[in-house]
Amino acid sequence: MADVVTYFMTALGLGFYLAGTVAVIRFPDTYSRLHALTKADNVGLGFLIVGIAFQADSWMVVARLALVWGLALMAAGITAQLIARTALQRQSP
Amino acid sequence: MTSWLISLAVLLLLSLGGALWRVWRGPEPADRMIAAQLIGTGGVGIVLLLAAATDWSMIDVALVLALLAAVAAVAFAKAQSADSVGDPEEE
Repeated sequence: MADVVTYFMTALGLGFYLAGTVAVIRFPDTYSRLHALTKADNVGLGFLIVGIAFQADSWMVVARLALVWGLALMAAGITAQLIARTALQRQSP
Repeated sequence: MTSWLISLAVLLLLSLGGALWRVWRGPEPADRMIAAQLIGTGGVGIVLLLAAATDWSMIDVALVLALLAAVAAVAFAKAQSADSVGDPEEE
């Protein structure tokens, strides 16, 4: 049962990662790419981590996985703000 | 199960190729930084998949990689600002 959940969740996570990558390639301007990157990648990472957590053999591993995701979420939020402000300063749209 | 995880990691690696294309083409320095962040997050995903496939202690590697990606963005913001102090509020 755990394996089935892992297969499904990790595939879903990969789907979001691919969506994020295609978005970063295809979107017209910097800010829409930044938006897509921050959202798609973190949702993909979240699904990936949930999928992997079902494979964990101890609660400590699940806690460390949640820690990685928390850090990635916070980092992405702040990073997106910084990069957007930097891009805005260089060429106001 | 491990073969599934490793094949996912390979697929994720290929998707990072798309990010490399954006690094090459990106008109603005901010676009290149966006691609760098994508590679950072994708790298975290790959390392986590390999951690699940082989050895759980690799989670710390993913943690450090996520941290470094954040620090890289801060360095980019500081480098790009006018007097390199990097205070986004300044005019």
